[in-house]
Amino acid sequence: MFELQVRVFVTPRKGILDPQGRAVESSLHSLGFKNVAGVKVGKYILLEVEARNPAEARDEAKKMCEALLANPVIEDFRFEVDGE
Amino acid sequence: MSTGAPVAVEGDRKVSVEEARAHGLSADEYRKIEQIIGRTPSWTELGVFSVMWSEHCSYKSSRRHLKTLPSTSELVVQGPGENAGAIDVGDGWAAVFKIESHNHPSFVEPYQGAATGVGGILRDIFTMGARPVASMNSLKFGSFEHRRTRYLLGGVVGGIGGYGNCVGVPTVAGEVMFDAAYNENILVNAFCLGLVRKDEMMSARARGVGNPVLYVGSATGRDGIHGASMASAEFDKESEAKRPAVQVGDPFTEKLLIEACLEAGRTGAIVAIQDMGAAGLTSSSSEMADRGGLGMELDLNLVPLREAGLTPYEILLSESQERMLIVAERGREGELQAVFEKWDLHAVVIGRVTDDRRWRMRWHREVVADLPVGALAADAPLYDRPAVAPKLVRDPEPSPNLSRKVTGEASAKNALRALLDSPNVASKKWVFRQYDSIVQSNTVEGPGSDAAVLRIKGSRRGIALKVDSNPRACALDPYLGAVGVVCEAVCNVACAGARPVGITNCLNYGNPERPEVMWQFIRGVDGLRDASLAFGAPVVSGNVSFYNETEGRAIPPTPTIAVLGVMLDVSQHVTQFFKNPGDAIAIVRTGRPSIAASEYAAVFGIDGGKLAPIELEHEAALVEALVAGAERGLIRSAHDIAEGGLAVAMAEACFNPRAILGAEVDLGRAGNADAVDFFGEGASTVILSIAPGDVTKVEELFASREIEFAVIGKVTREARLQIGKAIDEDVSELMRIYENAIPRRLAGSD
Amino acid sequence: MKWGVVRFPGSLDDGDSMHALADVMGESARILWHKETTLGGAECVLLPGGFSYGDYLRTGAIARFSPIMKSVAKFAADGGLVIGTCNGFQILCEAHLLPGALTRNRSLSFICERVWLRVENAKTPFTRATKQGDVLRLPIKHGEGLYVAPEDELRQMEERGQVILRYVDSQGRETESANPNGSMRAIAGVANERFNVFGLMPHPEHAVEAMLGGTDGRKIFESIAGGAR
Repeated sequence: MFELQVRVFVTPRKGILDPQGRAVESSLHSLGFKNVAGVKVGKYILLEVEARNPAEARDEAKKMCEALLANPVIEDFRFEVDGE
Repeated sequence: MSTGAPVAVEGDRKVSVEEARAHGLSADEYRKIEQIIGRTPSWTELGVFSVMWSEHCSYKSSRRHLKTLPSTSELVVQGPGENAGAIDVGDGWAAVFKIESHNHPSFVEPYQGAATGVGGILRDIFTMGARPVASMNSLKFGSFEHRRTRYLLGGVVGGIGGYGNCVGVPTVAGEVMFDAAYNENILVNAFCLGLVRKDEMMSARARGVGNPVLYVGSATGRDGIHGASMASAEFDKESEAKRPAVQVGDPFTEKLLIEACLEAGRTGAIVAIQDMGAAGLTSSSSEMADRGGLGMELDLNLVPLREAGLTPYEILLSESQERMLIVAERGREGELQAVFEKWDLHAVVIGRVTDDRRWRMRWHREVVADLPVGALAADAPLYDRPAVAPKLVRDPEPSPNLSRKVTGEASAKNALRALLDSPNVASKKWVFRQYDSIVQSNTVEGPGSDAAVLRIKGSRRGIALKVDSNPRACALDPYLGAVGVVCEAVCNVACAGARPVGITNCLNYGNPERPEVMWQFIRGVDGLRDASLAFGAPVVSGNVSFYNETEGRAIPPTPTIAVLGVMLDVSQHVTQFFKNPGDAIAIVRTGRPSIAASEYAAVFGIDGGKLAPIELEHEAALVEALVAGAERGLIRSAHDIAEGGLAVAMAEACFNPRAILGAEVDLGRAGNADAVDFFGEGASTVILSIAPGDVTKVEELFASREIEFAVIGKVTREARLQIGKAIDEDVSELMRIYENAIPRRLAGSD
Repeated sequence: MKWGVVRFPGSLDDGDSMHALADVMGESARILWHKETTLGGAECVLLPGGFSYGDYLRTGAIARFSPIMKSVAKFAADGGLVIGTCNGFQILCEAHLLPGALTRNRSLSFICERVWLRVENAKTPFTRATKQGDVLRLPIKHGEGLYVAPEDELRQMEERGQVILRYVDSQGRETESANPNGSMRAIAGVANERFNVFGLMPHPEHAVEAMLGGTDGRKIFESIAGGAR
């Protein structure tokens, strides 16, 4: 058994209003970063998962995202697993 | 049982006068410590003394003067000495309340500083067994144009809302001021009031030798270490780098803690309980033991920790939030633990009450601190700092162009618009919309009217609350300014129809080691004392915040006063808004206003001269008359004059949120009404609206008390504000200016 | 009507709901602790407002997994009446007992205010004491009330009459400024296809006493109570 790190990125789905993203974009522009064409504000979740191999950890992580970590109505998710 | 010198812990440094100085203690204070304990303190003990003897915790510069404040009356259930004060409000209920500052942390990290300020004052209330039912706050920021103001405003308001809303206590009133004097030292004063059955109030006085001491709530981390010392020092260029010392709050845990503590209180197994606030575990344990004339011994290695590797020094000084210390009845600690477990909170026995008057801290059985219990609190230094009035260059004189008559449309009309547009006068809706003001279903009048009014479920009674300050007046005259602040807050509560019964104060000043500042403070306390006596409203709790200055530039003297009023029948409460076309509009007042310290003077850059004098007997009589009028249902609306003076108050009275109305009034003086009449502030002046048939009765209420009463006009259905010939404005236009002043300035920023 | 008001760690308006139902309207109501597994004979379950679990991760995301929610879901599947206010609405969406989701207010600020709402469907167990087009005045107090759902789902919901309340101005008109949080189609409250589960962001429990600002909330409770056996 290994303890593998899974890094989950949850972001607002395309088409969902992201007022935080817009506010951050507008702030960046007024700070002089005019070359910013878009901002999405999401969540980064770090998991330490006990699994026999990365594929198993990936499987578990996907289930966790679907069950709790992301709401499919409004969020997309992707993740990276150690060792992959 | 060893009473020898404590052992050192790995990482401890060698204790010396230099180390003591680095901890914020003076050489004299260090020598006093050695004298009291008869040896050199351990590193842990030095840390502990440095926070307990800091200004913030020991009140060493202010205690002597605060003792002179009146703190008794028939209604006082608990005066100063416990975590908050308590007043009997009738029908078996006691109101527990206090106001506290969190100025320095809020400047460094505005969201968390303000949030933890709210959290801290809440704990002071529910530690007495009272359910917190209302919050208020008084905020002072730099000028709107100052580069940091918007950031601080957003952070502080966000933090107060973020914490207060999540914890389920409504924020029902407050005040916000913007002035360049606070550019580098903002003020965040947080008030809370709770209700408890009089006979169920808890205490923080340890009793029962052998009783177990329980630690409950969140785990301990490194938050806020030396936070108390930060509050006891001015800001300098390195302050920005002090970020790690700011505590981070968790309102969800606080909500669980409130429910758990109140439920645990009902078991009867709690002997004493105190929150861990400034100086966390150290202050709570030593103060509880000291109040009970007993001792306490704790095993620090039993304290739940958030991260590994904390030393005893860090555990004792940590200001991690949402933690309480409980003395339980021996044998019943299990009952308490079951309650806290239900709410998913730590509840660990970490020590016991002893009979040897020692405060003894162990670390894996070794003693790392062993002090006489009184040494930390009761024996803390008590200073009588020198106080010297600043030399006045000359007596303040009014500007020469001040008494020009306000004739014709141009000047009065423009001044009124400019004042309604001024952030200090304008609607604060942008702020209070972010606060839940209705949770717990007690709010009869929330933010937007003068005093907040709450009902008490199961009783006909109600309470009224107001918080006020006036730094400009206090800068001109720290005594008279303080008197005026109490008068204003009391008058607001009386306007709502409530009799003032108690006061809490937050006294914000600069560096007390400077004689001019100490003089300002003492004069402020004098003013508070005289006013408190005149109204029969004792000061049952409070807080002092010194060192509000940066590189030698102090804030103006800013005593912040919160007043509690009680009304026998909450359905008789009165608001500030005109209600019925045809009602008579009358003015009652205790003296002539002045432009001194007014918003008008600030906006137009005018020197307004001296403050208007205040006759406390007349103020008290005014209050009596207002309350009597409200109780007899004779007053339709009552609004006192504050920032902006009479003309602004008249406009505000027209801004009835249900349906705006108008007013047609004349200030008399044969058309010679001047800026002082229109925009002067100072002596209490109240605008009343009265049913025409009741005018004679109301006049009698005031005349019989020798208070000036004059009918000056009437409420009109047509929403126009007409004041003599000088002002004739569309009320909805004025309201638009009033409501947009702050949002338009904020929108223009990014 | 026997009411069950669920209490999660962090629930706030559970006390207010109990006060409104039991003390003010004389209904029979009891608290259901989130760890309980039965509904104590409740004929209508109310999920109240607040910050259950501190709104951690997403509002309502953790509460929906509380033991009591299994019973609530079964109760709803069997046709039992469930109403969720504010955080309760958020929990019902997370639990998939209602379509859509609630996200952060367009302004990014928490808003506490009285708003106007138009009844779009007066034929439900929750609104039958009102008339189509009635304008109600209720308070809102939330930071995450922006209702979203996929476009085609929204279209179907409208067709079926699942949109129950909409934000409007005092004259009953849908305008930009009358929508406090940016909700799609100014939606303030929705029901499921079977019309036995209802979620709304406004707080009817805070509008049952005239002295506290208004009594339009009673109409919703009366609608439900009127269906008692």
